[in-house]
Amino acid sequence: MNAKPKFAMYWAASCGGCEIAVLNTHEKILDVDANFDIVFWPVAMDAKYKDVEAMEDDSILLTLFNGGIRNDENERLAKLLRRKSKILVAFGSCACEGCIPGLANLSPVGDIVYTAFNTITTDNPNEIYPRTTVDVPEGELHIPTLSKVVRPLEQVVDVDYFMPGCPPESHQVAAVIDLVIDVIKGKAELPPKGSVIGVGNSTVCDECPRTRNVKMVKEFKRIQDIAPADPTLCILEQGVPCNGPATRSGCNARCPQAGAQCIGCYGPAEGVIDYGARLITAFASVIDANTPEEIEHILDGIPDPTGQVYRFNLAGSLMKATKSAWEKA
Amino acid sequence: MTERIGVYVCHCGTNIAGTVDVVDVANWAAEKLKHQGVVIAREYKFMCSSLGQELIEKDIKELGLTRVVVAACSPHLHEKTFRTAAKNAGLNPYLVELASIREQVSWVHSDKTIGTAKSKAVVSGAVSRVIENAALEEIKVPINPNTLVVGGGIAGIQSALEIANAGFHVYLVEREPSIGGHMSQFDKTFPTLDCSACILTPRMVEVGTHPNITLLTWSEVTNVAGYVGNFHVTINKKARFVNEELCTGCGICQEKCPKKVIDDVYEAGLGYRKAVYTPFAQAVPNFPVMDKENCTYFIKGTCKACEKFCPTNAIDFTQQDQLINIDVGNIILATGYDLFDARRVSSYGYGRLPNVFTSIEFERLSNAAGPTSGNIVLRDGKTTPKSVGIIHCVGSRDKNFNNYCSVICCMQGLKFAHLVHERTGATVYNFYIDMRTAYKAYDEFYQRVLEEGTLFVRGKVAEVTNAARKESEKGKLIIQVEDTLAGKQRRIPVDMVILSSGLQPRADSKEVGKMFGISCSMDGWFTERHPKLDPVATMTEGIFIVGCAQGPKDIPSSVAQGAAAAARVLDKILQKEVMLEPIKASINKETCSGCRICNGLCPFNAIAYIEDDKISDINPALCQGCGTCVAACPAGAISGTGFSDAQIMAQIDGLLLRNLITA
Repeated sequence: MNAKPKFAMYWAASCGGCEIAVLNTHEKILDVDANFDIVFWPVAMDAKYKDVEAMEDDSILLTLFNGGIRNDENERLAKLLRRKSKILVAFGSCACEGCIPGLANLSPVGDIVYTAFNTITTDNPNEIYPRTTVDVPEGELHIPTLSKVVRPLEQVVDVDYFMPGCPPESHQVAAVIDLVIDVIKGKAELPPKGSVIGVGNSTVCDECPRTRNVKMVKEFKRIQDIAPADPTLCILEQGVPCNGPATRSGCNARCPQAGAQCIGCYGPAEGVIDYGARLITAFASVIDANTPEEIEHILDGIPDPTGQVYRFNLAGSLMKATKSAWEKA
Repeated sequence: MTERIGVYVCHCGTNIAGTVDVVDVANWAAEKLKHQGVVIAREYKFMCSSLGQELIEKDIKELGLTRVVVAACSPHLHEKTFRTAAKNAGLNPYLVELASIREQVSWVHSDKTIGTAKSKAVVSGAVSRVIENAALEEIKVPINPNTLVVGGGIAGIQSALEIANAGFHVYLVEREPSIGGHMSQFDKTFPTLDCSACILTPRMVEVGTHPNITLLTWSEVTNVAGYVGNFHVTINKKARFVNEELCTGCGICQEKCPKKVIDDVYEAGLGYRKAVYTPFAQAVPNFPVMDKENCTYFIKGTCKACEKFCPTNAIDFTQQDQLINIDVGNIILATGYDLFDARRVSSYGYGRLPNVFTSIEFERLSNAAGPTSGNIVLRDGKTTPKSVGIIHCVGSRDKNFNNYCSVICCMQGLKFAHLVHERTGATVYNFYIDMRTAYKAYDEFYQRVLEEGTLFVRGKVAEVTNAARKESEKGKLIIQVEDTLAGKQRRIPVDMVILSSGLQPRADSKEVGKMFGISCSMDGWFTERHPKLDPVATMTEGIFIVGCAQGPKDIPSSVAQGAAAAARVLDKILQKEVMLEPIKASINKETCSGCRICNGLCPFNAIAYIEDDKISDINPALCQGCGTCVAACPAGAISGTGFSDAQIMAQIDGLLLRNLITA
């Protein structure tokens, strides 16, 4: 038993999809069990934080960390698992670049909490808002404190590898598991630290079978508003903002192959500093207009530019957050 | 390798030193940027002087500098100076970086503390950036000795003749059926009162017969690709429906054509032409063009009178527009101006009150070859006016229309006053805001017109109306004006009003500018490289601008510019080759996914899609390093030398002082 290297998986600010992606490797999960001693995986087995704290530093060979850092509990676990792990992988879009929870960085955290308890469909006559501490007869209870912004794992601790995707594709997860097992057996070497693993080296377009031409977009539309969509022609050319041209390959262009635009869950291509900036420049570049008014009109077809181009990447972008979110605790 | 960087801070007299503590900036750079490799930081009164340059050259040699930062003016001004200095000292010129602390700091700040702090940041950014600079080699390309001149007005004619006379080939493209431009419509030119046609037509004929000039009238440039020395131009030669090989210009077709059409171009709507026509008798070339919209044959399918009577069978109703491709090394744009539409100043009544005339209408009225044979008469075609009001600054110097002065309107107004006086003996009033008669012999002309008895009222005309208030105003046009010298409102009844309309950029100047890769000012005039020192060149190498395309000007200035641009072009032709900046974009074949977003963007057509590999590729010979594709590539697969991500990110870090070691 002791001979088997230790494996951990943790979820911070995430949805649980990453765990499902791991389980979705089907019988490959048995290889994980055969080759690793699973010491900590809250979604799959019972374990306590104090058990992890009790482990020796660097005693876990591989930790797949999914979820962004949204509160002080996430941060504490990130630091703890960093200390205990030899290899820490930012697993999935949230850990790599903040993902959907990262869009919260557009607003100060107070506004977010207020809005959550005050929407038109919320009945909150006593104006009850969450508190981080509360006194009960048994003593003082704590819930984690929200941090002012969502941070990808790398902004909190040193990360060895990044594995993007929302969630990472199961075939890529399986390939990475195989690689690590081969490394353990001495049959392969680990990639250089800081590498993005389980991905292709180009963009989604590279894996997309649709025909591409020079693009001249007169109008941006939603996918459901183009009828009938041409299943063989580049989606962007049909006027639907497709994030594929800026998004790292590795998913086999699943969405475009299924008739939907890429929304960018695999994050920026290698060497891209700011994903959203790249994408919005690309969209601006294909606009076919002669007057400023025409340009404005065409751009109106992208009603939520931030949500469009930073859907997964806002927290990991160059700007990370809006000024108001960054400055107001 | 650790770089050895020299930082040179220029006082620029008091231009920079007045708002920036240059000594402090130099000392700060020497101390705080030492860890980045700064081994020497100096300040000097004028870095661009030969002594300043020698200072840098000496340091490169003696201190073994590997990088140089000059904190001075904009790179537009002196980047070349300092790069050449570095080259002379044996350092690759692209390892020199300019930090603009004049245009971007001292000229936009008044507070010395702020100016000094910002200068430090700008210098810090340049130091961080220059470390990432790569040594680059200039690229030599041959220059095609042919030149394209666009626009056959007097400025374009001058350019074409100068270059052709020097022995080089010129393609002169003109949109209208004949060259000659606006000048061919005038009767007299100020201040000498030369007959306009008499001085212009010999030049036009010279162009028409010159062995080195290919004249393409009734033609327009539709596409421009390439770069200095190697432009590829596509010209649409519109169908004339007249075979130029066979036509002798005898004019029989015009005579026999039964269809009369109001000529709103050349005759400004005051006269007629035929459906097949040359705009005027001395047109060059003298081949007519067929106006398809008005030709009876094209409308009804019968007539063909011109064809029947043509002695050389030159009429060809089947002629098609023809696309002509030419290669040229340099391009001169002499596209001229549009006249301000006087209808826009509705209070002056043009278009509503018949006897209000525009300046170009008056030019045709007073022209001996014009519709009235030079008789100045009212709109009824027979009555000679007894009193005439000439309004200056129509559409010019007016925030509601064009804010600028159109330069020629004062002199034009004075010329009109003289002509009215001479030919009709009418009382003439000139209404002006300020009288602008600068340049040689202009003010003398003003004095002459004063002595002839023209009355001058200083004030902006409020209104021209036909609503009479008293008996003496009945049947007249009443000019309501504040006489600012007399300090009172006046109503002056006249028979005729002439609006001295201003000049404005061609309606399509923005599109034309875009096609040739040059920019326009806010008003729409083409922008010169430098307003004082380089008025005919543009920011695009090999593209020159002359005459009114660059801004309102009179005939002598247009001619001078036409000749100046010709000299610049000849200079380039005689150099035989041009050094191109090695700033180029290139595509990483591994990371390019062939999304084709860049394909339609390149203004120089340097990007091609390789169907077999499903990736895009850049032709380095065509790439001009503009960076459009580098910015647009969503995959970050295109990089540009001289502007790499590493350089730009380093510069940002430097600007934000993140490069400093904090103790």
